[in-house]
Amino acid sequence: MQPAIAVRELTKTFIEGNAGTLALRSVDLDVDAGELLMLMGPSGSGKTTLLSIMGCILTASSGSVQVAGKEITQLTEKQLPAIRLEHIGFIFQGFNLFPTLSASENVELMLDLKGVTAKSAKRRAAELLDQVGLGEKRDSFPSDLSGGQKQRVAIARALAGDPKIILADEPTAALDSQTGKTVMEMMSELAHKRGRAVVIVTHDSRILAFADRIVKIEDGVIAGDADAAIAETSHGVRAHGASACAIPAHNLRLESLPVHNLRGTGFEATL
Amino acid sequence: MPPLAQRNLFHDKVRLAVTLTGIVFAVVLIVVELGLFVGFTVTTSGLIDHSGADLWITSKNVPYVEQGVAFSERKLNQVRAVAGIADAQKVVAHWTQWKRRDGGEDSVQIVGFNVDDTLEQPWNVIEGRVEDLKSPDAIIVDELYKKKLGVTGVGEVFEIGGHRARVVGFTRGIRSFTTSPYVFTTFKNAQTFTGLREDQTYFILAKLAPGADLERVRRELLDRVKDVEVFTTGEFSHMTRFYWMFTTGAGVAVLIAAVLGLVVGFVVVAQTIYATTMDHVREFGTLKAMGAPNSYVYKVIMKQAAISAVIGYVLGMMVSVFVVRGSQAGGAAILMPMPMAVGMFFLTLAMCIGAALVSINKLTNIDPAMVFKG
Repeated sequence: MQPAIAVRELTKTFIEGNAGTLALRSVDLDVDAGELLMLMGPSGSGKTTLLSIMGCILTASSGSVQVAGKEITQLTEKQLPAIRLEHIGFIFQGFNLFPTLSASENVELMLDLKGVTAKSAKRRAAELLDQVGLGEKRDSFPSDLSGGQKQRVAIARALAGDPKIILADEPTAALDSQTGKTVMEMMSELAHKRGRAVVIVTHDSRILAFADRIVKIEDGVIAGDADAAIAETSHGVRAHGASACAIPAHNLRLESLPVHNLRGTGFEATL
Repeated sequence: MPPLAQRNLFHDKVRLAVTLTGIVFAVVLIVVELGLFVGFTVTTSGLIDHSGADLWITSKNVPYVEQGVAFSERKLNQVRAVAGIADAQKVVAHWTQWKRRDGGEDSVQIVGFNVDDTLEQPWNVIEGRVEDLKSPDAIIVDELYKKKLGVTGVGEVFEIGGHRARVVGFTRGIRSFTTSPYVFTTFKNAQTFTGLREDQTYFILAKLAPGADLERVRRELLDRVKDVEVFTTGEFSHMTRFYWMFTTGAGVAVLIAAVLGLVVGFVVVAQTIYATTMDHVREFGTLKAMGAPNSYVYKVIMKQAAISAVIGYVLGMMVSVFVVRGSQAGGAAILMPMPMAVGMFFLTLAMCIGAALVSINKLTNIDPAMVFKG
């Protein structure tokens, strides 16, 4: 089956004046539908740049990126918004809701972009907010919502476009552990029950248990790519994070994975 | 589209107030200046436009109505003899001195005409009748200039050009562009007041017979009557307006003030819409990240500008109407004809949309990747 996102030999260089900064170097990565992948790495490692390129927000300097089977590196900046609109839903660390719009209107905005009529958009927004447990809060403004509620509105908004791919940037960073867990359960459901490809950039070790795969980026290269259960163990997440985040049963595959899979991944040091 | 533009606009009420103040200020300033321009323009040629004549016959090289040069009244008969002329009358329009009862003097413009005819009669007579001018030394002045001329009512006697003059009526709203009020009287009295010789006149006004060919009549007049110029009422009106508004620079100054109003309004609106846009720049970045094309983002900004324009226009016009009405009692009329009021709406809209383009230019260059930054 064709991956939802296929990245090959991706390089990104930022040019400032006469100097160039190599942000990504020869990156290869596939993300499948129904997979929840987490991108980890230190600040400045290139993970957000990778997320931005996969999200058709930044353009690659070289290499190939296919989103939903479409090669995007050849597209112009005017063509990229249409790809974002059709295939990608974004969830941000700071929620990025429109403060002057109600929860429902925030979701309706996405539907309006998709060309849905106002009446249908209102109905669909109500359904989506019901799905994320905010049916009662549809007329509330972001300032009246808690962090978790805001992120759930953001999820409803991302889902409004019915995207095949969900890209999330630190979605739990601004949330307490219990709220973060609730949000991650939703993300997990999006991947595993609704078949979306979900990519999450995170520093939050509490949520690693939800990942199917963890990709570690350092200095613009993929330094490790492993099934989550191995990575969790290598990070010791299970040891101190299990109390905060229950590990979904489907991730418990540690026994079946050979240890040599982790050689050179960056996770092996803690094994 | 969810009401993003409206909400962004009304969210910050202080900024909205500043935006609207800028627009209202611009609208009022432009209306007042343009209204003054229109008022001045109409005033300068009021005598000509209300004359009821089709043709004005003047001496050679007369640039505008106040600058008439005397010529022989015998030409009146020559004019009347031209086929196609239904009526022709002598008219005086000339400056002289008015002496108030307190001894002070003021310059006035005497308008002398044939009371038994319809040409160049005073209009809007609110007290007394035009026929009252047939009584000796009778004059009619406008109520606007009562104070300036020291007149309090009908029957009062003054001195014009050293001769006795008695007020028999008042008009309303007949302004003079210069500081010299019009004084209506008979042709004969006008000759006396202005010291014009009995066999001379300043103008001959003619009315065409029904169906007469204006150009043919004009050519014939120029052939038959020597040393005169023949203007249509429209031409002479335009010449007079042009002289006062542009040759003297008075109109240019008013127009420049109107343009300044537009510039000030543009700058204030551009600045406040830009500031509002910058306040919401992250949201616009989010919109772009979500896949909104630039046109969608522009629509939001344009809608904000259009809403500001409509509200600003309505408030501005309310103030303007108040100012315009207030000016009717003053010496300088501010006129706001309907086409100007309608034109102001589109000018306000253009001003706000133009101001929004500054913000749009900024938004075109925002990087949607900003949404991933903190």
